Amino acid sequence: MSGPTLEKIAKGDGLALCAAGSWTARFAPALEKLVGEAEKLTGSRPNIFIDVSQVSKLDTFGAWLIERLRRALTNGGPEAQIAGLSANYATLVDEVRRVKPAVPLPPSGSALTAVLDGIGRNIYGIGETLVALVDMIGAVIAAWFRVWRHPSKFRLTSVVHHLQQVCWNAVPIVVLITFLIGCIVAQQGLFHFRRFGADVFVVDMLGVLVLRELGVLLVAIMVAGRSGSAYTAELGSMKMREEIDALRTMGFDAIEVLILPRMVALVLALPILAFLGAMAALYGGGLVAWLYGGVDPSSFLSRLREAISINHFIVGMVKAPVMAMVIGIVACVEGLAVQGSAESLGQHTTSSVVKGIFFVIVMDGVFAIFFASIGI
Amino acid sequence: MTSTTATPITETPTAAASTSANAIISVRDLTVAFGSRRVLDGLHLDVTRGEILGFVGASGAGKSVLMRTIIGLVPKVSGTIEVFGTDLDSGDKARRDVERRWGILFQHGALFSSLSVRQNIQFPVREYLKVSERLLDEITMAKLTMVGLKPEVADRYPSELSGGMIKRVALARALALDPEIVFLDEPTSGLDPIGAGDFDELVRTLQRTLGLTVFMVTHDLDSLHTACDRIAVLGNGKIIAQGTMADMLASQHPWLREYFHGKRARAVIG
Repeated sequence: MSGPTLEKIAKGDGLALCAAGSWTARFAPALEKLVGEAEKLTGSRPNIFIDVSQVSKLDTFGAWLIERLRRALTNGGPEAQIAGLSANYATLVDEVRRVKPAVPLPPSGSALTAVLDGIGRNIYGIGETLVALVDMIGAVIAAWFRVWRHPSKFRLTSVVHHLQQVCWNAVPIVVLITFLIGCIVAQQGLFHFRRFGADVFVVDMLGVLVLRELGVLLVAIMVAGRSGSAYTAELGSMKMREEIDALRTMGFDAIEVLILPRMVALVLALPILAFLGAMAALYGGGLVAWLYGGVDPSSFLSRLREAISINHFIVGMVKAPVMAMVIGIVACVEGLAVQGSAESLGQHTTSSVVKGIFFVIVMDGVFAIFFASIGI
Repeated sequence: MTSTTATPITETPTAAASTSANAIISVRDLTVAFGSRRVLDGLHLDVTRGEILGFVGASGAGKSVLMRTIIGLVPKVSGTIEVFGTDLDSGDKARRDVERRWGILFQHGALFSSLSVRQNIQFPVREYLKVSERLLDEITMAKLTMVGLKPEVADRYPSELSGGMIKRVALARALALDPEIVFLDEPTSGLDPIGAGDFDELVRTLQRTLGLTVFMVTHDLDSLHTACDRIAVLGNGKIIAQGTMADMLASQHPWLREYFHGKRARAVIG
């Protein structure tokens, strides 16, 4: 197949631009160059026309470029003609003749305005996020009371299903990670405490740290990453496919049907996981203390009994359901905020996890201040 | 090797030996199974260059499966598929060359939801051809005009389009690289009768102007009647009949009688 050419042939006072070869998409870059050069001839002769009788193949790209050349050559003067058009291609050329000049992309403004614009929108967005969160908390509480009054509306099957997803299926990974973290904390503690001959205090550190803070915080972060993102993606794709609208039109409340069971499952799951996580971390720490630090299990246990009180355990566990609510609310708000595109789904899933973890840590700080001030 | 002439051209002489002279797609002994369920069972089909083939069959008979097998989305158990005389099993390179020469309109459009209409249409062109932004924009406008959309649509996103517009944009994207074959999967489903009629007319016009070969899976009797040159009917994993609308109407096959002489059909064909 021969490449395209465009020859200039002078005829009297006129000029014929003879196109030949295949004027097709495959040769588009070459064609563009040919046409670009030919456009410069505009006005150089009184009569310029385009001869396409030698063109062996033509498609939309070729036809458009010929049309573009014709428009350029016309440019205010008498209309440039296309000669030698075969019947096959005449319809195609007629078709592209209807094409209007391209609409340019809307101007995007300067880089500085774009940065300021972005900052402004983000700050404005923080306010919107907070309003959406409060709105969702209210909606969930309202739904909870509706279900309270009519327990038949409670979707137990759905709760059990979600409980399996967020709790039972999460047990192995949560236990594994907290076990390893327990090992690492104990090893680091031993390594540094040994210099002061205070080996045995590693048990105090491990017990307080794991039960009060680490167990629940670590598990909450894992749950935000694992289940919060799943909630957002599920609700988001349901929103994209109008499934939530369908529910609404059938007279169901999306909060009651979709969100409440997820919230209940999460609020039940997080304390269970936090407890299992804390136990796994203590076990891991105890194992390292024994194998690496020479603290045998019986002295580990008796030391642990002295070091911690039930208060430490309660302080840790009380936080778990609150964190679950925070994660669930953020995940559901983000899920319902998903717009029509795949990109939006990705963005909201990311921000569900990021905001979830952020709020979990903020809540942990609030709890720390509270417990410190009441002296537990 | 893009050719979009209306005149039939046999580009590879070797192909002519194994298939009928003008077959642009030739399917031989195709078997496709999901688990133990055979969806297509020893199917033969030829599509001639420059025709609009309407492909019908009961729901679940495997129409979309055949289309998806030809374009390589569903693996086949046995059989050969030749497109432009190239066996699609003869290596990735050959396959990619063929893929550049066809365009596909998926049933639900399958537009990239995070790209605007303009970016959707430009996507394949940008990947395959090194051309200026100006030409890209101009070609986008040309395609939009061809499928009967206004230039203002260019900067909308798929979620902001109506069903009919999505189909049109998807067709514009399928046509972006000026393919020789377009596969249409239920192009008129979900469109109102006027919109569907316009779409049929559009397919006809494009086929005439661009010399396209069209493979159209459809349930729409109007489309079959007005747009298609030839109709193939799928049943029991095989082609049970093929020919013009008149052949279909004359057929004595019970399913065909029901399909083409049912109440709905009489309303269309009379």
